[in-house]
Amino acid sequence: MVIYGVALLAACLVVGLYVGELLGQLLGVQANVGGVGIAMLLLVLIAGSQRSRALVTGHSGEGIKFWSAMYIPIVVAMAASQNVVAAVDGGMLALIVGVLAVLVSFLLVPLISRIGGAGAPLPPLEDSLQPVKERGRNGNL
Amino acid sequence: METFSEVLRANALIVAFTVVGLTVYLSYMISKRLTYGRIHGSAIAILLGLVAAYFAGLETEGQRGVADIGVLAGVGIMGGGMMRDFGIVATAFGVQFSELSKSGLAGIVSIFSGVLASFLVGAIVAVSFGYTDPESITTIGAGAVTYIVGPVTGTAIGASSDVIALSVAAGVVKSILVMIGTPMVASKIGLNNPHSAMVFGGLMGTTSGVAGGLAATDPRLVPYGALTATFYTGVGCLLGPSILYFSVRAFA
Repeated sequence: MVIYGVALLAACLVVGLYVGELLGQLLGVQANVGGVGIAMLLLVLIAGSQRSRALVTGHSGEGIKFWSAMYIPIVVAMAASQNVVAAVDGGMLALIVGVLAVLVSFLLVPLISRIGGAGAPLPPLEDSLQPVKERGRNGNL
Repeated sequence: METFSEVLRANALIVAFTVVGLTVYLSYMISKRLTYGRIHGSAIAILLGLVAAYFAGLETEGQRGVADIGVLAGVGIMGGGMMRDFGIVATAFGVQFSELSKSGLAGIVSIFSGVLASFLVGAIVAVSFGYTDPESITTIGAGAVTYIVGPVTGTAIGASSDVIALSVAAGVVKSILVMIGTPMVASKIGLNNPHSAMVFGGLMGTTSGVAGGLAATDPRLVPYGALTATFYTGVGCLLGPSILYFSVRAFA
């Protein structure tokens, strides 16, 4: 049943966010500490275990894959509901801070990536098993 | 016409699915026909979304982009934190645990260096703009971390409201730049594998920025970047009003 996969996904998120809130309170922080990340770890662990195979294969798995494929449209909707005017109106200071922070962070990516050895590049996108694959049918992305 | 608009308002989320679907379709057409596939369709879609949010913000003077336009309120639901987090978690499906643990150390290092680097940049720019009180310097530095860390820190240490607003603006600039800039620099910074994606998420930290930027670069990298990014804001909120504030006070 499709709903089993969706329910598993939802349960992972709820548990993750709850643990994240608790972690935040424990650390005395007014924020959710890694709730979504914890939810992702939960899903990875559950999907990898033999006992829960029925929940992540067949129709149940389709329920998770559907939401995974809806991710980009959700991000597009997210972009469309950002406060872009505030970013543009923030003036020079906000602009310079934002630009420099991003530049410096970009530059650090190759440096810190050396820790633990560089990863092997993924194969070209058309070999991907992601449901979004059919979108990139023009191959040369 | 009035009836039509009523139907749209009463079914906001469904309308959002339609509008976003059309936007994505249009973007992939632009990607294929105008850029011959050189610019990824999802990058164009995200850019279109941001442009639409800008004009909607000018028109409505609201803070939530097109979601402030009555009939498009559903875009705000679809793109809100709840659906975003749900989608992000779903992308973790199919990720190998071994892949994550292999990059664990680099991921943790990246989160702390990312918070520190962004904070330093923000604080230095604040000083060069003539701010001298530790509260303002810390808050603007925290805004460079993310637009959530800025106001959380500013409120905690008692910064003025215009400085807090500035810190939010800086964070939003960062988030939007990461969305747009990531596909452009991806190949130059080696962003083509799960390992560097985890480092990238930890360094950038803005969940929206990382989510959008990686989606436009290679959707398969999204779960790795998102995993570390979701810890970043928490770490920022932890360090901002404490260690970072005390360090700034020791210098200023």
